[in-house]
Amino acid sequence: MMPGHIDWTALSVFVFFFLLVTVMGFWASRWQSSGRDPKHLDEWGLGGRKFGTWITWFLVGGDFYTAYTVVAVPALVYAVGAYGFFALPYTIIVYPIVFLVMPKLWHEAHRQGHVTAGDVVWGRYRSRALELAVAITGVVAVMPYIALQLVGMQVVIQGLGLSGEIPLAAAFVILALYTYSAGLRAPALIAFVKDLMIYIVVLVAVILVPAKLGGYHHVLESARQAYDAKGGATGLILKPAQFLPYATLALGSAMAAFMYPHTLTGIFAAKSANTIRKNAIYLPAYTILLGLIAMLGYMAYAANVHVKSATDVVPALFSSLFPSWFTGFAFSAIAIGALVPAAVMSIGAANLFTRNFWKAYVKPDVTPAGEAKVAKIVSLVVKVGALVCILFLPTQFALDLQLLGGVWIVQTFPALVFGLFGFGKWFRAPALLTGWVVGIASGTWWAFADDVKPVHALHLGGATYAVYTGLLALALNIVVAIVVQLFSGKRGERVTG
Amino acid sequence: MKYLLLLPFIGLLWVPFFNREMPPLFGMPFFYWYQFLWIPITSFLTWLVYRRYHQGEEE
Repeated sequence: MMPGHIDWTALSVFVFFFLLVTVMGFWASRWQSSGRDPKHLDEWGLGGRKFGTWITWFLVGGDFYTAYTVVAVPALVYAVGAYGFFALPYTIIVYPIVFLVMPKLWHEAHRQGHVTAGDVVWGRYRSRALELAVAITGVVAVMPYIALQLVGMQVVIQGLGLSGEIPLAAAFVILALYTYSAGLRAPALIAFVKDLMIYIVVLVAVILVPAKLGGYHHVLESARQAYDAKGGATGLILKPAQFLPYATLALGSAMAAFMYPHTLTGIFAAKSANTIRKNAIYLPAYTILLGLIAMLGYMAYAANVHVKSATDVVPALFSSLFPSWFTGFAFSAIAIGALVPAAVMSIGAANLFTRNFWKAYVKPDVTPAGEAKVAKIVSLVVKVGALVCILFLPTQFALDLQLLGGVWIVQTFPALVFGLFGFGKWFRAPALLTGWVVGIASGTWWAFADDVKPVHALHLGGATYAVYTGLLALALNIVVAIVVQLFSGKRGERVTG
Repeated sequence: MKYLLLLPFIGLLWVPFFNREMPPLFGMPFFYWYQFLWIPITSFLTWLVYRRYHQGEEE
């Protein structure tokens, strides 16, 4: 399909599904409404805290495996081969972490009415400084993530032949409006449609595409030849220099994943701890999907798809191999796949602002209904901000910031998680805060010194170790926290809930 | 029993162990199907731990 040439069949299918989820989004405010105060922040910001196993599965699945993932993971595999598959171990080992940590965190949040990570830290340590640090990290890390969902939408809208920014802006304004009116229920309901569509698209793609291209063996051989032709720095398996970056990226990303406001919002909205545990068992189904999606990066070589920018790989592959109507279906799956996380992310950011800034500093006596009002407006501001970023700043800016966001958000891991386990209860706020400062500063410094690459080369006794920057900064963060805690003894106050 | 949940970390982060093409399965190098295989294994291990400690808890 030529750029600028509009494929009407694909576009009609796309518009149909987009309208369908818009109606669902507005209707969602009535779905599952409980008998409790409908104006309470728990209703808008956490869907009433009563999502069961199925809803949570769709919501977290739709929210964690974003549209940007569908576009970016194959793009990375297309560009760097096996190394791009670190997403696979990452999204497997994340679940034992979720299983062990999140039910405990949920109990604490449920008992004390916490809505955000900042609330958890305030409730546990009574330190406004640590609360603010955690809240700001969450907001700053999630903003570029929202912007990247827009990139995902932009890519498919352009793939349909539409040019200009108006379609993207229109889609986003609609999203902003129904999130405003229905809160977390809107993405939870839309996630059903989104996830089913993505499953269909990917299953068709991974069966149909290799069949058209001569099987997986041929797909992988074409990819191998392409990497060899590029000089052999990457390939179908890892080079020894990529071992440590691969493993540390997987581990660091897994530790960061559920520290984000959008994933944590999905956890706090669950109705019980066992809802979360069961999801840690069932959510890996999406990882199968993700691994198959990653394979699309190799299929592009067999299909002879050539793109200027790697992010166009998936749309280009789909439009060259699928009939128009199915291309439209696949593109709407990706675009709707952007709406769900973008909505949850803006809700998560809005909750943080409301609970840990507005309530903490501006209006301490705000009622839960007042909180919901503020949060709804902030969710609009956040989305408009992301839209403006994408329209007026280079996309690279959002990409770099998202990468830095990962390095930053994992620095909140000690403050959020350590206090849940025996030994970790030893830490007090001053130690955790000092660790956070050092982690953020060193991570940012290394990332910029390395030209905003996620891997930092560490020189130790003549040998060089390339490690994920976020994980390295986290190690320093923890060491500093231990040292400070050792020297400060038991002086810091800890309020147990 | 909870230590079962350490296995996926060892299995997936010890990269030199699985960074090979042989033996392939359905045309896919070992590197890929080995990691894919850890998806059901991890789910199964998590389920074992869930069944042992948490099954009776309220839903």
